[in-house]
Amino acid sequence: MIDFVVHDEGDSVGVVVVEGVKVGDELTGWIMDQDQEVKFTAASDIPIGHKLSIKPLKAGDTVIKYGTDIGRVISDIAPGEHAHVHNIKTKRW
Amino acid sequence: MSLDLSKSQFWGYRRENDRVGVRNYVVILPVDDISNAAAEAVASNIKGTIALPHPYGRLQFGEDLDLHFRTLIGTGANPNVAAVVVIGIEEGWTQKVVDGIALTGKPVSGFGIELHGDHDTIFRASKAAKEYVHWASEKLREEVPISELWVSTKCGESDTTSGCGANPTVGNAFDKLYATGNTLLFGETSEITGGEHLVAARCKNDEVRERFMFMFNRYQDMINRFKTSDLSESQPTKGNIAGGLTTIEEKALGNITKIGKKCLIDGVLDKAEAPTGAGLWFMDSSSAAAEMVTLCAAAGYAVHFFPTGQGNIIGNPILPVIKLCANPRTVRTMSEHIDLDVSGLLRKEMTPDEAGDALLDMMIRTANGRATAAEALGHQEFVLTRLYESA
Repeated sequence: MIDFVVHDEGDSVGVVVVEGVKVGDELTGWIMDQDQEVKFTAASDIPIGHKLSIKPLKAGDTVIKYGTDIGRVISDIAPGEHAHVHNIKTKRW
Repeated sequence: MSLDLSKSQFWGYRRENDRVGVRNYVVILPVDDISNAAAEAVASNIKGTIALPHPYGRLQFGEDLDLHFRTLIGTGANPNVAAVVVIGIEEGWTQKVVDGIALTGKPVSGFGIELHGDHDTIFRASKAAKEYVHWASEKLREEVPISELWVSTKCGESDTTSGCGANPTVGNAFDKLYATGNTLLFGETSEITGGEHLVAARCKNDEVRERFMFMFNRYQDMINRFKTSDLSESQPTKGNIAGGLTTIEEKALGNITKIGKKCLIDGVLDKAEAPTGAGLWFMDSSSAAAEMVTLCAAAGYAVHFFPTGQGNIIGNPILPVIKLCANPRTVRTMSEHIDLDVSGLLRKEMTPDEAGDALLDMMIRTANGRATAAEALGHQEFVLTRLYESA
């Protein structure tokens, strides 16, 4: 059972692909490019399609997804925590 | 067993200019907003015709007017259209649209309303439309190699599942179609922001790359001129954000998985321009679904791949829009809008190759005549792109 997917092993975030993830749930992740499995504990309730951090991220850090820069962290994010517009911002506009 | 595209065929309508369509419309095309009523009256009189009402066409000038004509002429010229009746308020611009469409060799005639009024115009245009319906309805489909099918793509109401499921499925299919020599199209200029270096790297040569970066920077300049914080929840859209997409960069990186891993970008088009050869083309275009798909139709494309995450419901009056989705919640809650469910990709129940083949199979069925979800539901969004205010 895959709860979240990660594009590349260097990414800082994964995408929840099941409904109803609650804080404390044990989640199984699939790193697609390397075809590896990882496990994390959800540190927030996370809706389907939303991201969880899989690395400790500090304010000012660059967020990596698809092996590429997708924006900057605006408040610290712990592994397993919901990562979205409340703690990540574009570098473009 | 995987699909061998080089040996695959579809049943299409070969037109006078040798392009092949997959639908057989008789279109009643208004040149301007105030001719919509007459066009819709003709389409109501004559069964088997379709009117394409729109809100523009008066007091436009310069590049914006050029784009207006290019879009109307391109729509009429599209091989999914058998014949066209053009109606405008006066005869000059009406004839300009007629002449543009006539270059394809298909039947087209124009009617100006001034000096006649709606009644007489509707009467005359209906007689012409009826003859076209008899003529078009006797056209037969013939078997055509897959390489003659022009396929465009644009995604909408994307979420994070688009970038790991539905969009790479289009990419897989595009890689296979590219190898078969098909004519392909993508665009959505603002939605490449953050991945422009990746698209530039895929351009066939420096000339194409320079043209792509010119289009990309031109759009960025426009956005910078008017921009607001986070573009007022328009890029990413509120729906994208609800679906989990956080930044334009993240959305762009998912978006560009639609061009696969192998295709090169062979050329760059301005809005509604038709490509001049096979291969993958980038068209400068809005990322708004109905606008972009209307431009694809005007560029002459016959089938469209539309991956969605949160469930965009768009269709087009002349271009069949095939929807695919990898978000299991959307597939469950909005099933009537989805032609192909690829959510199995995210459960490892389907490989990217299998998903790509499933899309190609749906493409061939759609080309052969299967009504898409958008066609069955009556989605006929015809939305012209405007560049600036009218004079």
